[in-house]
Amino acid sequence: MFDLISFIPLFPLVSFVILFATQGNLGKLPVAILGVGSIGLSATIVMLIAFQWLTSGATEPHIYTITSWISVAGFNPRFSFLLDGLSLTMMLVITGVGFLIHLYSSLFMEDDEDYSRFFAYMNLFVCAMLVLVLADNLLLLYLGWEGVGLCSYLLIGFWYEDESNGAAARKAFIITRIGDTAMALGIFLLFMHLGTLEIQPMLQAANQMWATGDKIPTIAALLILGGAVGKSAQLPLQTWLPDAMAGPTPVSALIHAATMVTAGVYLIARMHELYLLAPLAQSTVAVVGLATLLIAAFTALTQTDIKRILAYSTISQIGYMFLALGVGAWASGIFHLMTHAFFKALLFLGAGAVVYSLHHEHDIFKMGGLRKKLPVAFWSFMIGSAALTALPLTSGYFSKDEILLAAFKVEPWLWAGGVLGAFLTSIYSFRLVFIVFFGSTNTEPSEPAGLRMAVPLMILMVLAMIGGFFHVPVDAVFPLLPETHHNQTIAIITPLVPLLGVLLAYFLFLRKSLNLSFLLDSSMGRNLRKFFFSHWAMDWLYDRVFVVPYKTFARLNQSDVVDQVYEGIANVTSILHYLISFSQTGHLRWYALTMVTGLVFVLAIILGII
Amino acid sequence: MEQGLVLAALLFAMGLVGVMVRRNIILILMSVEVMLNACGLAFIVAGARWGQADGQIMFMLILAIAAAEVSVGLGLLLQVHRRLGSIDIDKTSRLKG
Amino acid sequence: MSVELFLFYMAATISLVSTVLALTRYNATHALIYLIISLLASAIIFYLVGAPFAAVLEIVIYAGAIMVLFVFVVMMLNLGAQGDTLEHEWLKPGMWILPTFLCLILFMEMVYVLSGSSHLLPGTAVSPKEVGIKLYGPYVLAVEIASMLLLAGLVGAYHLGRRYLMDSRGED
Repeated sequence: MFDLISFIPLFPLVSFVILFATQGNLGKLPVAILGVGSIGLSATIVMLIAFQWLTSGATEPHIYTITSWISVAGFNPRFSFLLDGLSLTMMLVITGVGFLIHLYSSLFMEDDEDYSRFFAYMNLFVCAMLVLVLADNLLLLYLGWEGVGLCSYLLIGFWYEDESNGAAARKAFIITRIGDTAMALGIFLLFMHLGTLEIQPMLQAANQMWATGDKIPTIAALLILGGAVGKSAQLPLQTWLPDAMAGPTPVSALIHAATMVTAGVYLIARMHELYLLAPLAQSTVAVVGLATLLIAAFTALTQTDIKRILAYSTISQIGYMFLALGVGAWASGIFHLMTHAFFKALLFLGAGAVVYSLHHEHDIFKMGGLRKKLPVAFWSFMIGSAALTALPLTSGYFSKDEILLAAFKVEPWLWAGGVLGAFLTSIYSFRLVFIVFFGSTNTEPSEPAGLRMAVPLMILMVLAMIGGFFHVPVDAVFPLLPETHHNQTIAIITPLVPLLGVLLAYFLFLRKSLNLSFLLDSSMGRNLRKFFFSHWAMDWLYDRVFVVPYKTFARLNQSDVVDQVYEGIANVTSILHYLISFSQTGHLRWYALTMVTGLVFVLAIILGII
Repeated sequence: MEQGLVLAALLFAMGLVGVMVRRNIILILMSVEVMLNACGLAFIVAGARWGQADGQIMFMLILAIAAAEVSVGLGLLLQVHRRLGSIDIDKTSRLKG
Repeated sequence: MSVELFLFYMAATISLVSTVLALTRYNATHALIYLIISLLASAIIFYLVGAPFAAVLEIVIYAGAIMVLFVFVVMMLNLGAQGDTLEHEWLKPGMWILPTFLCLILFMEMVYVLSGSSHLLPGTAVSPKEVGIKLYGPYVLAVEIASMLLLAGLVGAYHLGRRYLMDSRGED
């Protein structure tokens, strides 16, 4: 049964090839069957494998080799897949949530004429992501990594006729490229010292070669963190994710909420033994996570575009996952990854339903009072926001609380920052819910979406509610945290803070009885608001520091220095040609003279006189 | 027979001077004839020294070449005279550069 | 000094002097006449060396046909006194320096080559009969090629000369 593992990325790949080859000439129904069905088949196989894995109680990882890839001087990465608890969890999330999103988008994208291209790209993405999580060696993982980067670019810029979509796609690709380069450097460093790229043997060799706190594993871990930071949109490479909302909503749900942006988390979790050897790097992970989650939470408070609020929320939640990895709560990080996939996909698809019914209106202040008119969307947002906010007994509650309690044991300040983030999360998410679904209607919706959108939403609602009771089967993968006594006060404060936030949001945005305009309208308030709205001026900063100097340098180098060398060679040849052509006078007697001169010299040389 | 060859060399060199100096096409062709004659002289002298008929045979072939070359050359001269109105070799320098 | 040697030196002197004169005349016809004299002197040298057939060919074909062709063309061009003045313009004394210098060096190189050989070997006469046997024996291919060359020259000369004649008839 486990041998079917190689079929899992195969079905989406075959579907991509067929859709690519037919170039949009198939009808909408075959395309939908192909696109959604391939993911459905993969999901079925994953569930069968998961069932067998869980019931057999296997703990040892299995490796399945498809074929050899490169075989040079002992360097032998292969196309082989690693099946253990971690990759199984990731596969379930990718194919499960992926299937629901594909089903949803078969209705959402129906009016688009590039239907076939959309499903082709989505299937290719799922294939690349599956290769990424199943990869047995870092080279194959990097292949999947680049594949998802490519698909992200293609899907963000899906409506390419609008220039700004192309610009957003390029921004995403370039920024993640910076991260990818760091990661490549890290892989090179590891290979140089450890001699292999297969993950299990590599980590064993690392443990033997290096002691905790050595320089080289720290550098390698930091470089790999650089790659993770790029792909998962953390500080300092997070500016691409809000702009990536230019793509269609299912794309935002699948790639920029549930799967691609979690690739960085997966990578760090997979390489956790390396991070255990480099405590400095691990602390950096935690600090990066904390800083990111706070910056994104403050920014989300001021946003007005429904999808951008959710984008900043994603950045913030992935910060929680990084925080978990940084304090050593590996399983909690993966658990939060899973629950986040459920409720964030739910929120994005719900936002899609709202936008669909309001004819692509994105500004939340132009919406309102949609509670009765779009019931499915309303309940998606209620349940999703409840899970996001970590209200008790939702899935988010279990995962986020585990992280915060683990953080407190390592460093109380981390816990404090996390709790502040939770407070802000509750405010901004319920601000969204109250403004969009309560109050008076500003834009009239057309009829709500059909079954193909409603059913995935309902399934996700159920998962978001009960997902907390699943147990992520990664016990054999990660070292367990020592079970110490929880501080009781902290254990009580942590779940209460989000409730306070909901209450505050209720008074501010629903009842409108609390008026903070004295704060908001003060000059400091207005400046802070502008600062937060512009994402802490990071776009402005990057523009000044990187883009403007680069463009200036490019403009200075317009008559390219390197080109001048080659043009110089051509120019010298031209000049020589011009000079030599003076000897072609066209006069016969001149030619005779030169011939005789040449003859005299040649004879002299032959005779040995010269 | 060394003097004969020296004479031939001298005649050849003089013919070469004539080719380089004169501007009248007829006289250039004439100087070429001088050079060809000098070659013929050299062959005859050499053939006589070795006692073989090959020298005279070569001379006859040179004669044939000279005849063909002169006829075509003078035909070209007539065309040049007709088109350019002059028999100055320096006027035929359009293939310059 | 034997008679033959004296005759040889005299013929050589005539040849050289008349060639020099031929190359330096302003009048084309004069130059051609001097060249004919030079060719006659060469014929004498051929006879002295023992190649009478070659001497006859030199006179009959070279001086008798080729030079006459030159004279015909000069007459046809009909430049007259105007041609002489043109030559005076074209042939400045200063123009002789560089070519003479170069050819002097060339001549000295050739003499250097020749000086390595032994001198004054008496030559043997070769009769026309031997020449004929050799010509139609081993060299028969060369004869055929030479005849084709002459055919090509004939056709070329006919073609190049033809237009001129036609146009001049048309102009009349």
